[in-house]
This record gives sequence, C-alpha cells and structure tokens, in this order.
Amino acid sequence: MTFDVQKFRKDFPNLSLKVYGKPLVYLDNAATTFKPQCVIDAVSDHYAQGTSNVHRGVHYLSERATIAFEHSRQIVQQFLNAKTTQEIIFTRGATESINLVAQSFGRPSFKAGDEIVISHMEHHSNIVPWQMLCQQTGCILKIAPINEKGELILDEFIRLLTSRTRLVSMVYVSNSLGTVNPINLIIKEAHERGIPVLVDGAQAVAHQAVDVQALDCDFFVFSGHKIFGPTGIGVLYGKQKLLESMPPYQGGGDMIASVSFVKTAYNVLPYKFEAGTPAIAEAIGLGAALNYVQKVGLEFIIDYKKELLAHGTKILSSIPGVRLIGTAPEKAAILSFVLEGIHPHDLGTIVDQEGVAIRTGHHCTQPVMDFFKVPATARASLSFYNTKEELNILAKSIYRAKEIFHA
Amino acid sequence: MRDELYQQTILEHNRNPRNFRKIEGATHAAEGYNPLCGDHLWVYMKVDSCGVIEDASFEGSGCAISKASASMMTTSLKGKGVQEAQILFEEFHKLVIGELKPDEKPNHLEKLTVFSGIWQYPARVKCASLSWHAMHGALEKAKTVSTE
Repeated sequence: MTFDVQKFRKDFPNLSLKVYGKPLVYLDNAATTFKPQCVIDAVSDHYAQGTSNVHRGVHYLSERATIAFEHSRQIVQQFLNAKTTQEIIFTRGATESINLVAQSFGRPSFKAGDEIVISHMEHHSNIVPWQMLCQQTGCILKIAPINEKGELILDEFIRLLTSRTRLVSMVYVSNSLGTVNPINLIIKEAHERGIPVLVDGAQAVAHQAVDVQALDCDFFVFSGHKIFGPTGIGVLYGKQKLLESMPPYQGGGDMIASVSFVKTAYNVLPYKFEAGTPAIAEAIGLGAALNYVQKVGLEFIIDYKKELLAHGTKILSSIPGVRLIGTAPEKAAILSFVLEGIHPHDLGTIVDQEGVAIRTGHHCTQPVMDFFKVPATARASLSFYNTKEELNILAKSIYRAKEIFHA
Repeated sequence: MRDELYQQTILEHNRNPRNFRKIEGATHAAEGYNPLCGDHLWVYMKVDSCGVIEDASFEGSGCAISKASASMMTTSLKGKGVQEAQILFEEFHKLVIGELKPDEKPNHLEKLTVFSGIWQYPARVKCASLSWHAMHGALEKAKTVSTE
C-alpha cells in the first residue's frame, strides 16, 4: 500500500502557505512541526467552549476540563506504554523535564565526585542542566565520544561507566546529525551496573514507536510541539518508584495535599510535580496530536520517512560541494550538510527566497559543530507530510545559491 | 518584494576580502563573535598620535554578509579620524536597522549604502553589524564583543 501523503497534507493548514509568492517548502521539522487542524480545534475548542481551571472547581466546566486534561495524560501513557498515568508528568517541554530530573533527582543525592555520563551529540538542553548540577553538587560530567559518522563509540561509552556513575542521560535521536543511538544497549549496559538512564526523546517520538517498559528506561522526556502538538507542553516519564522518592521540583498550588504554616503535605503523583495551573489547552492539544499520529499510523510514517531520507540523501550527495554531516547507518530523516564556498547562513537566506525553510546554525549542539570543525550547518529535517518533490525544490534552490555565489 | 541582499559588491568583497590580515603592533583590536551563527572575527586598527586610523584590518570566518561588511568597513576606515569612525559607526548602525534612509538624509556612508536593504532581513542584521561592533569595542577598549 502506498502512503497517500497528499491526503494527509490537507490536515495541515500551514502547508498551503505561500512565502514570497512561492509555495512554502517546510523542512525545519526538527525545530518544530506543523499542527493538524484537529489539534488546532482541540486547543481552540477548550478556549471557545470550555475554559476552566482543572482539579479545582466542582462546577460543570471545571469538571469537564479536568476530564479532558486527565484523558490526555492517559493518551500519553498509552503512547509511551507507561504502566500508570502516575508516571506521566506534564511539563513545559523536554528541557524542563530534564531540569526537573537534575534538580529533584540529582541535586538532593549526588555528591562531589559522583559522575553523570552524557554523549558528545547532546542538545544543549541535555548538557547545561547537568553542568548546573555539577556546580551545585561538585559532581562531574563525563562525555562519551562520537566517531566521524556521528555515531556513539559504544566501547568508550561503556568504559565511562564506573562505580561513581550516578546517571546516564542520553539522546535517542540526535537533532543535528540524525543519528539513532542504540538506546537498548546503552540502557542494558548501564543497568548491569545499577545506573539509571534518562532518555532524551525529543526527536525520537516522531521517528519511531517508543515503549518505555520495553526500553526499561528510568526517565524519558519529550516535547509536544515536535510531534504535531502545541508549544509549551511536554512530558516527563519516570518510573513510579523513582518519582516517589524525589522531592517536588516547584512549590505552589495543585502539588499539595494540605498546607498550614507549620507543615505542608505534598500531593501524590503525578500532581506532586505539577505546581500551579498547568498548560491545560496545550495538554489537551497534545492528546489530540498523539491520537492523530495513531490514526495516520506510526508504522506508515516510519516507512515513508525512510523513503524520503533515502531520496534526500541521494540528491544532496549528488550536488558537487555538498558534505553531509552525520552519516550513521541508523539515521532519522535529518539531513545536516555544509556546502563548499557558501556559508550555511547565506544558503539559508537564499533558499528561503525560493520558499524553502531550512535551519542554519549550530542547532543548539555546539560541541557537535566543534567535532566536525564547522561553524554551522544547514539542516533539512523531514516530517511525514513532506514530499520527494519538495526535496527536489531544495536541491534546485541549492543550485541557485551556487549560481549566485559562483561556487 | 525585498531588495536583493546579495548584490555584486557584497559577493565580490566576500570572494576577495580586503585587509584580510592581522596588523602587528595594532593599537586597537577586538574580537567579535555571534554564537548563534558562528560568525567569529577579529578587527585590528593602528591609530596614530593625532587620532587618525592609519591601518585597519580583520581576520576570522563568517558568512558572506559579515565578511563583506568587515572588508568594506576596514576599507572605509583607513585615513579617517577616530571621531569620524564613531560617527560612521552610528550611521551604519542606523542604516542596517532601517532608521537611516541614505537617499533622504545626508550621511558619510558612501559605498556602505550597499547594506541599505538589510533591515528587510532581520535575521541578518547582526551579520552586517558584527565587525562594526568589534571596531567600536576596540576603540572603547573592549576585548570581546558579542552580538548576542
């Protein structure tokens, strides 16, 4: 059965936009994805017909909002195959989820000399929270190296796991290289030594099915907006036992059982970690987005994106002067590249004139740029609503840039 | 439609940047860095005892806009007084944010008006102004200037 991409494109109003009079070719999906109409409707319906706070009132609207909000939590739980909804904490995004783990899991118990292992291909959001924790506690950040293809060097990673290692925090799919890490192996090696693992799934959720029980990861984080949901909503999955042992991240309403000036008792999971009024409409929108993904069929999405990646790799490699950055055999549909004689920033501006949206810069992974000795790359990151024709337009606009620059 | 950003003068200065070297014994120097796009350059000047810029140069790497801008800046600075350089800095700054329309208001920009359309590309304004901020910082004795 062929994947009918045109049928699904109609679900995304943004895809019919024109920029500078040309049809928009949106290839910046690793930064954020477009939203299908059903997600936009879910958010707008909440505001138009259901605005209310959650977990508070006994009135009709509040009860309805609470049901919708908690239903979304259930959808997330099923999407990740978590054991219970108590293991699903709503946050602002993957970044906040990682900071929560650093401050609530790491800070109270990590000691000077303890070690945290990450990799060289992490997004800044999986580097800086740990550096801050190191400053607070005196623990040490260890970096597992990568090779020229942009793959984790597994042996070197294993060598870093010692009796001092308290946590491994690792990206599943690299946002700047596209590399898919052998996360099963990473978790297995860490667990054999009794080390818990946080998986940064920001790019992974839209690229493959995730089953946190099968992975047996201890924490898993992602952002809603990278999987067709709204911005401002994300998820922290944590094993119940770990989450229960952790103190709250922030104090406020909703996270308490009772408050007096003498003693405050904290609420149960997951509310203990959700202080203040949450992003209600966004959470409901995320539920709608995950339902949409199920409806399209993640397995079709995965297969079709493999086709797109193969096509994109082929046509970009055929352009003289193009060097792909990140050539791991296990790769998601992310094409990072540099072009001889043209700085990525200039390339980004020129292809933009042709209606093509790509990302240029360091993609919040400066250590990766340093490793490949480039100041920046151009990056085309694909979603299932992209087409081979759009990749051809990208190639054509790269040739246009070469013309202008005589490169 | 926006003005064409990559005009021939800019492309030409990108291909053959002028004064692309270090000045040994520079009296003023500063580093300019835009961490967002990775543009990274150093600006050098030799100012004589009367306050005249005898020589100006730059080194580093960056996009065509930042390189061409640095190249044209160093060219126009040579022989100017420090005061004039500061005036030029102010005018160039206003030019790239679209506040100064060279056709409407007298100015000293001359060839630098080739950057007059860049305000229509907000993401690229910092590329054009990086070397100028570094030059300004050097005269103010700052060592590093970041446009972030």
